[in-house]
Amino acid sequence: MKRRDLLRSFGAAMTTSALVSPAAAAELKGFPEQTAMSADHLPRPAMKGGGFQVFTQENDRKILAAVFDRLIPSDKFGPSASEAGCLEFLDDQLAGRYGEGRALYLEGPVRPENEEAIMGSPQFTQTPRQRYEDGLKALEAYAKATDGVAFHALSPGRIDEILSGLEEGKIELPNGVKGKWFFELMLQNAREGYLADPLYGGNRDMAGWKMIGFPGARYDYRPYIERQGENLKLEPVSLIPKD
Amino acid sequence: MTIERPKADVVICGLGWAGSVMAEELTRAGLNVTAIERGAWRDTSTDFPPAVDPDELRWTTRRELLQPMSVETTTFRNRMDQTAAPVRNWSAYQFGWNVGGAGTHWAGMSWRFTPWDFEVATQTRERYGAAKAEGLQLQDWGVTYAEMEPYYDRFERIAGTSGIAGNINGEIKPGGNPFEGPRAREYPTPPLKDTFWMREFREASERMGYHPFTLPAGNISQAYVNPLGVTMGPCTYCGFCDFHGCGNFSKSSPQACILPALMRRPNFTLLTETEVLHAVKHDDGKTAKGVKFITKEGEEGFQPADIVIITAYQMDNVRLMLLSGIGEQYDPATGKGTVGRNYTYQTCGTVNAFFSDKYTNPFIGGGALAVQIDDFNGDNFDHGNLDFIGGAGIMGYSTNGRPIQNMNNLRPGSKRWGSAWKEAYTRDYNQGAGIFIQGTSMPVRDAYLDLDPDYRDRHGQPLLRLTFDWNRNDQNMLRYLTDRSVEIMREAGGEDMIVENQAEESWNPYKQHSSHTIGGAVMGADPTTSALNPFLQSWDVHNVFVVGASAFPNNGGYNPTVTVGALAVRAAQAIHQTYVNNPGPLVKG
Amino acid sequence: MANWKKIGAGIAVIAVVAAIGAGGWAWHSLNTVASNVADDTTRLADFKSTDQAAIERGEYVMRLGDCSACHTRENGKFAGGYEIGTPFGTLVSSNITPDAGTGIGSMTERDFFNAVRQGIGQHGMLYPAMPFTAYRKFSDQDMHDLWAYMSTVTPVKHDIDENAGMKFPYNIRLAMAGWDMLFFDNSGFRVDGSKDDAWNRGKYIVDGGGHCAACHSPRNMLGAEMGSAYLQGGNLGEWFAPDLTSNPHAGLGTASAQDIANYLQTGSDGVAVAAGPMAEAVEHSTQYFSKADALAVGTYLKSLPASATQPGPVQPVDTPAMQKVALAYEVNCSACHGLGGEGIEGMVPAFKANHGLLSSDATNMIHAMLQGARAAHTHDRQTAAGMPAFDWKMDDRQIADLLTFVRNSWGNTATPVAASDVGRLREFLKASKKMATP
Repeated sequence: MKRRDLLRSFGAAMTTSALVSPAAAAELKGFPEQTAMSADHLPRPAMKGGGFQVFTQENDRKILAAVFDRLIPSDKFGPSASEAGCLEFLDDQLAGRYGEGRALYLEGPVRPENEEAIMGSPQFTQTPRQRYEDGLKALEAYAKATDGVAFHALSPGRIDEILSGLEEGKIELPNGVKGKWFFELMLQNAREGYLADPLYGGNRDMAGWKMIGFPGARYDYRPYIERQGENLKLEPVSLIPKD
Repeated sequence: MTIERPKADVVICGLGWAGSVMAEELTRAGLNVTAIERGAWRDTSTDFPPAVDPDELRWTTRRELLQPMSVETTTFRNRMDQTAAPVRNWSAYQFGWNVGGAGTHWAGMSWRFTPWDFEVATQTRERYGAAKAEGLQLQDWGVTYAEMEPYYDRFERIAGTSGIAGNINGEIKPGGNPFEGPRAREYPTPPLKDTFWMREFREASERMGYHPFTLPAGNISQAYVNPLGVTMGPCTYCGFCDFHGCGNFSKSSPQACILPALMRRPNFTLLTETEVLHAVKHDDGKTAKGVKFITKEGEEGFQPADIVIITAYQMDNVRLMLLSGIGEQYDPATGKGTVGRNYTYQTCGTVNAFFSDKYTNPFIGGGALAVQIDDFNGDNFDHGNLDFIGGAGIMGYSTNGRPIQNMNNLRPGSKRWGSAWKEAYTRDYNQGAGIFIQGTSMPVRDAYLDLDPDYRDRHGQPLLRLTFDWNRNDQNMLRYLTDRSVEIMREAGGEDMIVENQAEESWNPYKQHSSHTIGGAVMGADPTTSALNPFLQSWDVHNVFVVGASAFPNNGGYNPTVTVGALAVRAAQAIHQTYVNNPGPLVKG
Repeated sequence: MANWKKIGAGIAVIAVVAAIGAGGWAWHSLNTVASNVADDTTRLADFKSTDQAAIERGEYVMRLGDCSACHTRENGKFAGGYEIGTPFGTLVSSNITPDAGTGIGSMTERDFFNAVRQGIGQHGMLYPAMPFTAYRKFSDQDMHDLWAYMSTVTPVKHDIDENAGMKFPYNIRLAMAGWDMLFFDNSGFRVDGSKDDAWNRGKYIVDGGGHCAACHSPRNMLGAEMGSAYLQGGNLGEWFAPDLTSNPHAGLGTASAQDIANYLQTGSDGVAVAAGPMAEAVEHSTQYFSKADALAVGTYLKSLPASATQPGPVQPVDTPAMQKVALAYEVNCSACHGLGGEGIEGMVPAFKANHGLLSSDATNMIHAMLQGARAAHTHDRQTAAGMPAFDWKMDDRQIADLLTFVRNSWGNTATPVAASDVGRLREFLKASKKMATP
């Protein structure tokens, strides 16, 4: 709203509150005077209301919960991954730009062996969402083949054994799923969910931050920097606090 | 449909630090400047204010301020006999993707190079003899530190750099870096405060007879008004610096330092979300007539201009030269051609350790919050009995305590999952501390850049291909430097050390800590070994200037930004003071 | 923007009065004898001043009056075309370049005087969107100089129908005659011999070209400035123009004349920072004031007796509830506004002792919280820092609590801010609601 509007108008509510983002290529002369947040830089909270968007099959959620809660079990340090919302976190991440692999270079020619040799680890041309789809199927098939039961019905000890086998590259999964690298993906995402801002669905009640003593989305440590080596006991703060 | 734009005196391709500095100088001199930037407009209060900036997942982990690989990536191989692969996922590279470029999300370490870095070839030969540099493709920059000093000074004043001088006009100052080149005056703002770990590092290195000092920082220590009349705020040690924008105007960046003044100048125009495809030469090939671009919507266009300035990231500077046919592709087999020559990187290692019963409070941080010693950097120590030249800065740093980024910073032998991980992270998060070794990188014949034969970007143009691996000189250097760093960590009382010497394994972009990619369009006094003359003017097409770390013939043991900024000021002044009055080569080849 | 609605209503009433043809009005208010000092033979299109000194003085008069703010848009310098949306239709600022067909090229100097000082234009009476009630105070000399300056403006052919977008009966310019009769003081500036030159010069600028009271005085039911509360602060609906009297609590009582001059010239006195509508006034007009004139304005304003406004009762901020708000301040605000509410000099407003923010009317702070704001860009202070919007992050109560906290910390005292006030402005501005989170 410009001052001129105010001075000259006879009373209109002139609104400029629309959250306009730099959507198009633009010629800028002068400094953009917008003051509202750019729409594409506003936080994107995980709020579905309608439940899971990617993991719509109950069995997929059970497999994931079985894996995640061994990666981050409930114990004296804090809740388990699923208790902290890490499944909801992952579902939301996979439903969006991360899951779509929007940042990735997915063009051919695809030369998996060469790429792995050059880069020291495999590269993927599937999106993370596709990798979960294939990976969970492979885990289920693996459990049925080795133990004759659904993955989620395995004992915690047996799941730990399988996860260790995947981590060390000793277990190969069916259908060409690279077990070690699917393990790494799940480990990365589970811990992301545990340690990211609660607005993304995980880290419920900031349990992950409380566990390690991270004070969260603060922006001013000037009052504390000179208290060197002290336990500051700072209460964690999320990006969009409830109250 | 083709967009025909009105002619500008100058077109600037890429509005990061280099482009902003150039545009500021040139518009102030009265030239009509149009800048073209493929990223979007981003500003402090509307895009990364304190209320959205401290979001690790989004900005650090998902890197949403960085240029995605789907827009453009590079390919890589270690040796010429290999087939390069495209870099498909996030790696060490951190290219800019907005107005402000990488200057928006950088950490802020604000170094000058040493006088030696500019004259590595001559000084090595004179001090140690020619044999010392065998296997290295050393060449001087064609400009000395003494000549650079006023431009360093100018850029620091614009950036508000915080620090403490160690050498003012030859007089060594207590508390500063006694090895630095002589400065004309003190830093614009005083040094940042010490964290617990910085104090420990400082005291330990001092006990060992070294010369610790607070890093020159683009996270500035107090409010400051720069020569353009732009005000900056004080750093609050929030720990969300690199990968993030700065929400309170305290990180040196085009947003915080230049754009408020530049954008309001009537002789400046900015095209956002528009990508320069290549420069277009006149029929005689001697000069460029403008640049071809494509908008986000896919419309192509032409921007005519008398002067073309390429200020993209280092990799894209080289790529744009090759795509535009400016200069000749370097051939490592024959040594002919200059574009792509002398690619270098940054030779790095880390020493991490833990302090029992202490709280390091790692979340109190700044991108450039660190204490360093330069006793083993550049040629600050005698290499007579050593099997390498160059060195590294050794810093005890407090950059951040972001919990996802640090979730594997655990005592040796700790598990990465299960209750064991939770226990280990609970114990170690607040006890960890790190030393970073940031070393020189020397050019060799077969480390170079060219266009990839197989892989293309979203517009169908070839990607840039990097051929690179560690060379023996740099490996030897890092081994020596790592040992020195371990000694400091031991003296500081760090337990359960984890030592990583990055040069021990073949280079690949996923394993590295540094984002500093250097060279490929280097400056120099000899047109047979440099693409640009010492004013960053193309030897081949005199109205094209290429400004960035692409111009460094070798890399110092420092972050490149301030040297890029100083070179930009110098090139811009050469353009408006000399070139525009008499267009032609500024230096006889 | 309640005040301006009142103006609209007032015009509606008067339009009816005019339509009835009430005959005995307005001799004085429409008397144009003051314009007789101007030439009535040469059209602007046929005249080009060569008196460089007069032209330069005239440009300065243009800055005092802030003409370009409204009359310069993308169509060219002074070519008009700025659209002003109102509930009664759209007004468009006129082309005041010397173009004969579409601008004011066919006006003589006398016509020009009539338009600027009397509100009588070439197409009929001007709406008070054009602040002729204040410009009436312009001296003959300043008007001659302004005329000289306007003659040097490049003619731009750009046709504008100023009130084509106005609905009946508001498109009847004659309706303004009634308003003028009631509220237009058709007299020039009178020097007060008991005061010094600086004071008189300050008053001349404040009441004349500067048209400060247009915003800083409250208005009556018919939208006219209330003389009894002259410069004691005015609510503009979504902004509040603060008290400019020497009230020590919410006005300029603790400021010096030099502080005021600094604010006008640079957009900040080191404590307050101009934002919103005042940022535009500073950018287009007051930063161009000479040192002497800026100080004269300060001198005159400092002479105004303090308004009667009293600070509200002290709101304790050391309660447990407020401690939580203190943390919210540390998390959201202190990085820029300072741990002690000290701000960043010249760039980010301080809260401590920033009296313009301590009025019982907290509209400006609520507005800035909901939609952000931007400081003035001036030659001396280039940053024009943005205040980020918090509408998406905080609900009405969170914003109200934070504002109550800063208005009562570091020695400040002010009335608490009610969540309902935040809610009303949120709705009025169509600001976003707080985001839902998991």
